[in-house]
Amino acid sequence: MYYVVTLATLVTMALALVRALLGPSIYDRLLAANMFGTKTVLLLSVVAFLYGRPDFLDLALVYALINFIGVIAVLEFIRDREGSDAKKGPGNTAT
Amino acid sequence: MTMAIDILSWIMLTAGGIFVFIGGLGALRMPNLYTRMHAASLTDTIAAVLILGGIMLQAGTTLATIKLAAILLFLLLTSPTASNALASAAILSGLQPEEGPIKPREDDA
Repeated sequence: MYYVVTLATLVTMALALVRALLGPSIYDRLLAANMFGTKTVLLLSVVAFLYGRPDFLDLALVYALINFIGVIAVLEFIRDREGSDAKKGPGNTAT
Repeated sequence: MTMAIDILSWIMLTAGGIFVFIGGLGALRMPNLYTRMHAASLTDTIAAVLILGGIMLQAGTTLATIKLAAILLFLLLTSPTASNALASAAILSGLQPEEGPIKPREDDA
């Protein structure tokens, strides 16, 4: 049964990667990266029990923290950047 | 008793896998950023609770359960914060949500 959850998580990570490559604005890419990180935490937790190695839970814990810090840091970085591609994308009506 | 816990755990794990897949599909197929964010935050909350809860039931009363509870606590604290920061940054940069019915896009995978 762990295999089913592992497979679903891996497929979802692939879908998030496709969204990160397609995504028209930079926020779509950032959303996909955040989602990929959360799925990595879930995947590490499941794999820890799939292979019977609970040490992986420490990695999942650290990854959860680093993912959050990374997303907030990138958001701070792109906030007022000039010339970013955040202004592109079909959902945008402002200039 | 052990059987009941096993069955409950498998049900939670399977439901969590289904929710993860639905959220990933929604994040790929939804038409604009805010609806995609809605689909992605589905996997951050309910799927994480179901999967980690199912593993916790399998682990029993060990140190692994405490670590899993810590992971779940961090996920439940940080992912709404990240979603909020992402949405407010997108709004401030001028990415307005569309109003009215949204037509599906054909050019997207």
